[in-house]
Amino acid sequence: MKVQISSERCQGHGRCYDLAPGLFGEDEEGFGQVLGDGVVPPGREPEARLAVANCPERAVEIVEEA
Amino acid sequence: MAVDDRFTHFRDDDGDQPLGTRNEIVTGPVSDWATDFSHLEPEWAADPYVIQDDLRGRCPIAHTDRFGGGWLPVRYEDVAAIAYDTEHFSSRAIIMNNFRPPREIAPVGGSPPISSDPPFHRDARKLLLPAFTKAAVSRQEPSTRAYCHSLIDTFEGRDVVDAAAEYAQHIPMRVIADMLGYPPEDGPRFREFVENTLEGINLPPEERIARMTKLFDYLVEQVHDHLDNPRDDLTSYLINAELYGRKLEASHVVGTLVLLLIAGIDTTWSAIGASLWHLAKTPGDRERLVADPVLLPVATEEFLRAYAPVTMARLVKEDISWRGADMKAEDWILLSFPAANRDPAQFDRPDEVIIDRQANRHAAFGLGIHRCVGSHLARMELRTALDVWLERIPVFTLDDPSAVRWSVGQIRGPRALPLRIR
Repeated sequence: MKVQISSERCQGHGRCYDLAPGLFGEDEEGFGQVLGDGVVPPGREPEARLAVANCPERAVEIVEEA
Repeated sequence: MAVDDRFTHFRDDDGDQPLGTRNEIVTGPVSDWATDFSHLEPEWAADPYVIQDDLRGRCPIAHTDRFGGGWLPVRYEDVAAIAYDTEHFSSRAIIMNNFRPPREIAPVGGSPPISSDPPFHRDARKLLLPAFTKAAVSRQEPSTRAYCHSLIDTFEGRDVVDAAAEYAQHIPMRVIADMLGYPPEDGPRFREFVENTLEGINLPPEERIARMTKLFDYLVEQVHDHLDNPRDDLTSYLINAELYGRKLEASHVVGTLVLLLIAGIDTTWSAIGASLWHLAKTPGDRERLVADPVLLPVATEEFLRAYAPVTMARLVKEDISWRGADMKAEDWILLSFPAANRDPAQFDRPDEVIIDRQANRHAAFGLGIHRCVGSHLARMELRTALDVWLERIPVFTLDDPSAVRWSVGQIRGPRALPLRIR
């Protein structure tokens, strides 16, 4: 599983890095950033789904890998 | 050193009639909420949710001739669509009242960036964002926590305290005074400024202007003090900030200071108060949070959803038929994020406060480009205020439910909240 943030939609609410600090961080203006390459370590899938379900702008997405 | 004379003649135009348009002030009981709504009547202040739920079922975009004409969408999808649509809806004025500022003040508006439209909005907002990131505001957490404790220390020996007036109110005032670099003892004056700006909506325009002038005079005085004694705070930062290769216009600096002073105070005050009100009347939730403080951040988001304090406004740019509503240029839109947050099409069991709600895409801080610039600060203050209160006062109840008084206008929260704390 991989996560990504649409920089076009993100407005810096910060719900993703608040709920899943292991997967997301903030840039110097508060916009969400995927940490590393966005690959979700095993066991952290629930955190990723929580971030998706709470983003007010629907900017956080899960990209399922083949 | 060159003298900064941008602020020397600020407001020399006092006495001139401000341009813009005024309409007749209409007050009194609402005949039908679908055709005559007013967010300034006591029925709305007491419980806007039953009104919004009713409208959602039968309307769903209400109209009023008051305030010179306006619309009230109550479905999440309509509120979101308008928040995203800066092409048809302007932020030139964001408090629905009986005066519309002249169109020429767009795209900057009176208090950038909240009053700004694209493309200027983005540049004005960029100046503020670094000071309000989660990491930046976390540096204020220890002093906020200590201040919350000091407020509760003053309750020693008392059975009943007003959690709105004696606790919630003071926290954002102190935090913003620190960030702007103003004397902490000026708090009571801030309260007056906030009430004048956000609650005195139906006062005669002359009275509103006179009251706003006091706020501008205070801020210009603070700017001069910062020019004489620059320091590491947001006021000095804005005085020195540059946009497009030059320092900001004086009106931009002071307008942004108005925003920072006003917008952060009764919004957060309302959120803290509403959360404590809920916990005072819901012992199950209170006991659960006392036993399991780790739940507090998730619970806080639910309080923000269910009791979202902030409603914004927009002005319609040109005549437009919008989702069946025949909107005219200059009509207001009352953009109710609280109503959006209780739409059953968006939230499961929206009228229930579920403190461990997992999927909570609430819009308490707005949607789109105007997302509350202070949201991380507000969240820090709210969590800290509740955390300290629950630690120090784990058992409390409403002393007299009928004595709870809610604010009137676009910011909703308890203004009197007597709680029995022992």
